[in-house]
Amino acid sequence: MPDRKTIARQFLKALPHSHALGMHLDDVGDGWAVLSMAYDPKLIGDPQTGVIHGGAVSALMDTASGAAVMLHPSAPLTTATLDLRIDYMRPATPGQTLRARAECHHVTRSVAFVRAVATDDDESRPVATATGAFTIDSEVR
Amino acid sequence: MATLPPEPVQVIKQRRDGALNRLVGAVPYIQFLGIRFDRRGDELTAIMPFKDSLIGNPRLPALHGGATAAFLEVAAIVELSWTSLWDAMEAGRLDPASVGADGLSMPKTIDFTIDYLRPGLPRDAYARARVNRSGRRYASVHVEAWQDNRSRLFAQATGHFLMPGDATA
Repeated sequence: MPDRKTIARQFLKALPHSHALGMHLDDVGDGWAVLSMAYDPKLIGDPQTGVIHGGAVSALMDTASGAAVMLHPSAPLTTATLDLRIDYMRPATPGQTLRARAECHHVTRSVAFVRAVATDDDESRPVATATGAFTIDSEVR
Repeated sequence: MATLPPEPVQVIKQRRDGALNRLVGAVPYIQFLGIRFDRRGDELTAIMPFKDSLIGNPRLPALHGGATAAFLEVAAIVELSWTSLWDAMEAGRLDPASVGADGLSMPKTIDFTIDYLRPGLPRDAYARARVNRSGRRYASVHVEAWQDNRSRLFAQATGHFLMPGDATA
């Protein structure tokens, strides 16, 4: 049985889009994961301010959430996003790394429920929060 | 009283396509994802041509949920900017050459909810957004995305946006 950090690393490495966005696995635990994404000019959504696009924040939140589901002790084989709602509290500060912490707080036989928070260097003021429902496949069909 | 002759069609197209290209071309993340826009009159269709770096699950393979989310959000924001720009441009209040250059601030996303209906296949994706309500400060936009078949959506989304301070004033 590979340890959970290995599981999460493999999960993240297997995602070409997450790799393209420069996502990094910072920390993991039972049913939770912390992922970071360094500031990069190619992610800019508002050229006037240099603030990164909401879509890049969504991608980070979605990936962190998927990793949290895979790290749940019920050990799902695969997962996919059913629904994800993102609230944008404030623009991420240009130049700063964005960090998302996702927690899979409940699972049923077929669904996982996740909460996530994204912050930049000022961790007391979240940039965005997300809630999502994910599919779970726990047996090979 | 003499009426002005209608504008030549090339002039109109050049103005509209020019403004659209500058709007889309100014945003690095839209370029990074490779998203293009097809215009018919004022109607826009967003196109995200498939490439390997959009894959989330290589075993299926399927588009990354984050790529799909970003695609829908881009389609919503561009539609919203385009709609507010269109009237000003057509009424001659906005110089289309100024779009993207000295700033047209973008609407800011307040919230965005994505509904994943089926896996995104490794092929081109299309999306159309509809502005359901656009007030002075807030707007509500719905987006639908499909691939091979217009009636089989693979994702849809609804978002609320904060409108920039009157950019055309």
